[in-house]
Amino acid sequence: MTEPSLQQQFDEKVASEIAIEPRDWMPDDYRKTLIRQISQHAHSEIVGMLPEGNWITRAPSLRRKAVLLAKVQDEGGHGLYLYSAAETLGISRDEMIEQLHSGKAKYSSIFNYPTLTWADMGAIGWLVDGAAIMNQVPLCRTSYGPYARAMVRVCKEESFHQRQGFEIMMTLANGTAVQKKMAQDALNRWWWPSIMMFGPPDADSPHTQQSMEWRIKRFTNDELRQKFIDVTVEQARLIGLTVPDPDLKWNEATGHYDYGKIDWEEFWNVVKGNGPCNKQRLETRKKAWENGAWVREAASAYAGKRRQRQQEKNAAAEAAAA
Amino acid sequence: MNQQLLFYTLQLADNALINGHRLSEWCGHGPVLEQDIAISNIALDHLGRARSLYQYAAELFNALPPEERSTVFNSPALQEKVQMGALLDEDDLAYLRDGWDFRNVLLVEQPNEDWAFTIARSFYFDVHNFYFFEALKSSTDKMLASIAEKSLKEIAYHLRWSSEWVIRLGDGTDESHQRMQNALNERWMFTGELNTPATFELNLQETGAPVDLGIVAPRWMQKVTEVITEATLKLPASTWMQQGGKNGVHSEHLGYVLAELQFMQRAYPDMEW
Repeated sequence: MTEPSLQQQFDEKVASEIAIEPRDWMPDDYRKTLIRQISQHAHSEIVGMLPEGNWITRAPSLRRKAVLLAKVQDEGGHGLYLYSAAETLGISRDEMIEQLHSGKAKYSSIFNYPTLTWADMGAIGWLVDGAAIMNQVPLCRTSYGPYARAMVRVCKEESFHQRQGFEIMMTLANGTAVQKKMAQDALNRWWWPSIMMFGPPDADSPHTQQSMEWRIKRFTNDELRQKFIDVTVEQARLIGLTVPDPDLKWNEATGHYDYGKIDWEEFWNVVKGNGPCNKQRLETRKKAWENGAWVREAASAYAGKRRQRQQEKNAAAEAAAA
Repeated sequence: MNQQLLFYTLQLADNALINGHRLSEWCGHGPVLEQDIAISNIALDHLGRARSLYQYAAELFNALPPEERSTVFNSPALQEKVQMGALLDEDDLAYLRDGWDFRNVLLVEQPNEDWAFTIARSFYFDVHNFYFFEALKSSTDKMLASIAEKSLKEIAYHLRWSSEWVIRLGDGTDESHQRMQNALNERWMFTGELNTPATFELNLQETGAPVDLGIVAPRWMQKVTEVITEATLKLPASTWMQQGGKNGVHSEHLGYVLAELQFMQRAYPDMEW
């Protein structure tokens, strides 16, 4: 079979919504794009454990503490599914982690912002997980089978995360004056970074068109951003908080909210490593990895010894039988 | 007698909360992703058990005669609530008591240090917890017996997890062997308290509510010896045992744990979260 016909088969599968599986032929660039996107997604889950993990030991009630701990643990689980999905494309988890630590692989820039008060746990759940869901629900139908299946599991848990975040915000917004202030302050700080999470405008998004054609992506950045804004503005109104955008206005003609100018210079700076917590987050991950090196070595040495002992036992049993 | 049962229940609740707090500090920082998830999961189990026990402790407290209620705890924050006639709940007990009213054993408040120290602490505690809760199933106190019944399956998993890590590190590399031995030695002095009854435990003995620590102690020693031997490690030499936690006399570490744990409730009192 010649290469063009493999390409043809691939194109036909994608066009007719048949999932591409690990053993199927796929274009190199498709594979590379997926590895980039899935590993970036996995890294985002793992780095994303840090800003929220920051408040586990300080949660204001035992119930909130349990929910937060479970949520951060879920994120670790999502990282695990996603690393496994990426591994089906021929890259190891250690290689991906190496790329994260060297700065070659990226993770969602949103996690380079600090969590300063308890209300940030609400804002992250409501806005950050809310934005993530908008991005991720279409990925449940993405063309690569293992990624789509991982996303089905991830999305189920994310919608629970989003609800618990909104519930934290609602409780604060209905609380005392200082709680309401805390909620508004968190919304002020997280709003713009959250709507930047959808990525650069379509005109400046280098990967969008090809990813749409491969059906890795289903909607453009701007489409998803608009959808998120339309939903979230209503939710903010419902709990009496003000979205920090003076240009926000319902547009009767388009049936959408118009919104103000996004500061893309800030976005690109945070992507490039100049956000408030870029260094801190990466250092924390590297430190955890380095401090764990002797533990991982011990575990693999022990596993090796056990295998060897089992083989010796089997050999002895065979010798005795013979 | 109910006050003694309150202290007994609080002691178990405090052990669970503080141990869970320490384990939860690992969340996001574990040596490998699977273990990060496992240790967070175990922290959640302890936290869940702490909540059941605090809820029961709050019931016991609220049922005390008013004159007793105003003298049980020392912290002004709690005193104030009690004097206003408020009923206490799980969060009041966790967040508004001061260090001298916490009754957890010293072992669980010791810092994580590294993976070996964390495993040593968990292992000593999990062995104790397992035999303790197995016996607590037959408590004459129905609530404690039912909490024990519910908790035992997860405690059995905790014990398997920490035992396997002692073995893996002990029988892993030279470095891990040394680190594990050192951690077991360093934490040994906090193990005596686990099986030494406090006054409130002795006072309760005739009710049949508390566990007879005389039964737990030899089982603890046997299991610990068994695992340490399989791990090619040595049982730490006998030493002077630290105690005081059960009576509210703690190590310096607890103050920092509580400063962090209680920060929100102390800084923003009387609010719904």
